[in-house]
Amino acid sequence: MVVRVGVAYDILRWEERAIINAVKAAGAEVQLLHTESLTINLGKRSEGPGADVVLQRCTSHALAVESTVALEGMGLKVINSSRAVSVAVDKVWTASVLKSSNIPTPVTAVAFSPEAVFSTAEKLGYPVVVKPVNGSWGRMVCLARDREELRAIVEHRRYLPGINSKVYIVQEFIRKPGRDLRIFVVGDEVPVAIYRVSQHWITNTARGGRAVKAEVDEELEDLALRTAEAIGGEVLGIDVFEGPERGYLVNEVNAMTEFKNTVRVTKYELHSKIVEYAISAIKR
Amino acid sequence: MRFRCPICGLDVDVPDDVISGEIVEHDCGAVLEVVMRDGGISLKPLEGVQEDWGE
Repeated sequence: MVVRVGVAYDILRWEERAIINAVKAAGAEVQLLHTESLTINLGKRSEGPGADVVLQRCTSHALAVESTVALEGMGLKVINSSRAVSVAVDKVWTASVLKSSNIPTPVTAVAFSPEAVFSTAEKLGYPVVVKPVNGSWGRMVCLARDREELRAIVEHRRYLPGINSKVYIVQEFIRKPGRDLRIFVVGDEVPVAIYRVSQHWITNTARGGRAVKAEVDEELEDLALRTAEAIGGEVLGIDVFEGPERGYLVNEVNAMTEFKNTVRVTKYELHSKIVEYAISAIKR
Repeated sequence: MRFRCPICGLDVDVPDDVISGEIVEHDCGAVLEVVMRDGGISLKPLEGVQEDWGE
């Protein structure tokens, strides 16, 4: 029997196209679940997508969370699960879960007022990083080297629309060695990793960081798998800092991870690995 | 397949094997998204990067 793999997406990036082609190459049937034309009648399973498994690939975090919840409500297996997606897209939730699972992370605090941001920064010591609760690609991640820079950041954020702008993540600034790590987890494996090399303190490839193949040692592999277990994720891109004093620190977790640059520099076909895992998950 | 650009009104050629969600760049500078719904195909202007977009 031919298995049916659904791909839920909003924007068709290189990654989604590669996954779709990998599904076809695996001899499976692909079901395109483009959110623009997707309606899910909750509870009416017979009217839902007939996929055996769905890979969640939405770029919009809101669409990713809500479409996963709705698809799971139809009884479908979605990778990643709504819990994993929800934890990963919320940086407070991610940090909280990692801390409670004893996974090393940068020192992270959450403040709910401008006054609390200043007192938190004084306790942590400058410089500090101020981040939004939700966001990606390094957007709106700010570095405050002193109280005056923090004042400017807070003042701008106060007048931004959206309730999430009123929640401040204040984080210890880690002096990275000109790079960080993006480690990929697929099921219970860590198949590939890259360094993101940049002289800028923000190393995201979306912000100009250069991808270079990285080797995964036992410590990194263990850290990545423990992180995935804590988040409850099956296919993840995990961002790790190399701290000068405390070693590996997990910074963020991506549940709809991008991997175009990873495939380009490592030649490892991560999309095929993800599809292989998704098909194997049907049989469990 | 040939469609009309919703921005400039001129023709836009789209491959027959197009997939819903594909991005088409038109000569007029418009970036268009292919939407397949209820058996039909349409083009709509691609919205810019949204606040919650990411990985």
